[in-house]
Amino acid sequence: MRTVLRRSRSVPSRRPRGRVAVGAALAAAALFTAAPPALADTSPSPSVSQDEEAEAGPTEAGTAFRTAARLAQGQRGTASASTGDYLYWVFPADTGQRPTVRATVSLPAEQARQSASTWRIDVYDGLRRRQPCTYGLQERRAAEDAAEVRLTCTLRTVRAYSEPWANDPLPGAYYVRLTVSRLAADDLGRPFQAEVAVDSRETGGSTAVGGRLSEPLTPGVSAVSAEEQAEEETSEEDGAEQAPRPAALAEPEDGWSSGWWTDRWLWTAGGAVLAALAGVFGYTLTRGNGRPGRVPPGV
Amino acid sequence: MVAALLTVVAGALPAASTAAAATTADGPSARPVPKVELVLDVSGSMKTRDIDGQSRMSAAKQAFNDVIDAVPEEVELGIRTLGADYPGEDKARGCKDTRQLYPVGPIDRTEAKTAVATLSPTGWTPIGPALLGAADDLDGDEGGSRRIVLISDGEDTCGPLDPCEVAREIAAKGVDLVIDTLGLVPNAKIRQQLSCIAGATGGTYTAVQHKEDLSDKVKQLVDRAADPVVTPVPVEGAAACADAPKIEPGLYTDRQPLGTHRWYRVDVLPGQELRASVSVAADRPLADDYGVLLRAVTAHGRELVRGSEAGSGRTDVISSGLRHPEREREDADTDKPAATPVCLEVSNSFAPASAKAADASAPGMPLELTVDVVDGPSDASDTAAFGLGRGWWLLGVLVLAGFLGGLIFGWLSRWRFAVWRTH
Repeated sequence: MRTVLRRSRSVPSRRPRGRVAVGAALAAAALFTAAPPALADTSPSPSVSQDEEAEAGPTEAGTAFRTAARLAQGQRGTASASTGDYLYWVFPADTGQRPTVRATVSLPAEQARQSASTWRIDVYDGLRRRQPCTYGLQERRAAEDAAEVRLTCTLRTVRAYSEPWANDPLPGAYYVRLTVSRLAADDLGRPFQAEVAVDSRETGGSTAVGGRLSEPLTPGVSAVSAEEQAEEETSEEDGAEQAPRPAALAEPEDGWSSGWWTDRWLWTAGGAVLAALAGVFGYTLTRGNGRPGRVPPGV
Repeated sequence: MVAALLTVVAGALPAASTAAAATTADGPSARPVPKVELVLDVSGSMKTRDIDGQSRMSAAKQAFNDVIDAVPEEVELGIRTLGADYPGEDKARGCKDTRQLYPVGPIDRTEAKTAVATLSPTGWTPIGPALLGAADDLDGDEGGSRRIVLISDGEDTCGPLDPCEVAREIAAKGVDLVIDTLGLVPNAKIRQQLSCIAGATGGTYTAVQHKEDLSDKVKQLVDRAADPVVTPVPVEGAAACADAPKIEPGLYTDRQPLGTHRWYRVDVLPGQELRASVSVAADRPLADDYGVLLRAVTAHGRELVRGSEAGSGRTDVISSGLRHPEREREDADTDKPAATPVCLEVSNSFAPASAKAADASAPGMPLELTVDVVDGPSDASDTAAFGLGRGWWLLGVLVLAGFLGGLIFGWLSRWRFAVWRTH
């Protein structure tokens, strides 16, 4: 992506060789490359931040899909719970992102437990379909004397669209469930601390697909309280448009992407400019240098 | 897009919210009040001094005082005791000994604390009856979330009522009722019983070892109740598509007995997308391998799409979902396109862990169904975004084609020029 930008920005430097029409095309291309700098800047940089840098998020976790604690990407959610509990967080992921979920379980002091345990995280999408981890240690065994367990799960890249029969990750809410999957019965109910952070890598235009969902996959009613629903209903009756959407609760900071921007525009436009230049170059080759000498002046 | 969304939501919400309104009191200010009842074991064994050198009872009292101080405004708190009054040996009487110490309602902190201070460890441990009593105390038609926090140091020896089954019955009767349990003694039987009660209702079990753990945990549980959550609307699915209840977008709850199917029907307009997700909670000991299947089927029985999930090992719920965009009809009368009924079938492959009849029989497993209807997706005319290209191959092809084009055009025009000059 960086190289693309450099490439298309380097195009104007060839202007002296172009003719008028090419110049116009270049100007357009230059405009184009200059227009979405913010977008272009955000997408290429791998925004993988360290756990330590993440800002503090929710200090409680939910215990079911419905009560999942809302976590923003880059935030660190913490929770104290009892072994055996199922802890839920929900975070938004948008098109082109490849989220990585990192969880750390701090186990109680050694004397408070007796044997090894196995911990795991599962990630579900907005339709509560389980999403596979492409890599990362999703499940890990904690030895008897382990103080903490670190789990990671990297999802597939979130796509703008997939066929209804596929379960590709789509923009919307993602649920993280953290639980102990195997433990000795005696260790049930002991306290532990959990910490969860999500960050994503932007994959850029290589995964930009055609088609788009009308709405992100967020359970429309599950995240909103009955009261807000009622408010929403009344304000809709009034025709007010500022009513909070139920989905807004799990929205990325700067809103869901409109789906229009992809660096494929740059590649295609840059390619068109290069093709035009190559065309002009090819044309000039056939004409030799300047006017053919045989043509009398004034023709 | 916003307008389109609003129409969808406007179409979607009335059903869910009228259903909710039916359960809530009238008026816009009526907000479902979260209710919590603390159920405290005041049986004789609570005298034992094994929590940080204090008696279990004094630890519990201190925790209660902390909780009463910290209870959030919006939560209605009540307190029920078990084994507080009858010190005798008569099992029949001892096992009925449960009483509401402080009624569920807006809390008067001093009054509640005074009531707690009067308690002294006395009698038996009738957990089952206490839970039934607590469920009655919390009963109401406000539809808010309800939570029972049970603090106990002994197993229910009363019988024949298995408290775990009682918990399941209670959860099946009411919507959104959760029982959290705290065990004061690390004892296998107590742990098994209390974790079973918690598991049957989607609650949590905690083994308390220290005084501060106890008050922190109870506070945490009370705060959880205050967290605003949407309460699902009860619905009863049918055994076949033809009799299926018609549901609007919203959040629903149902009970699915083991080995049965549940059918629901949703009307979808052409050009809309149906999204449904289902979770079946494992509220009883189950065999290790399990699965759930959600299918969208036309009225004529043709399967449109399915979502399925299988798993093994420890789990609280198993869930799956699907989305089905209903195609725009080209020959449709433009004025009023008829909605297409889509049937949703939920089936599961849970099996009881043991041959115990109670596990296999009613009430069914708690099922949660989320239905959304939104505008359909804009379909892909090309797999790449807008049919745009990307990559060095693209650039190479474009440059080559441009160059060749330029050459040919140049030659052509030379040729034309030559032809024109010779004539």
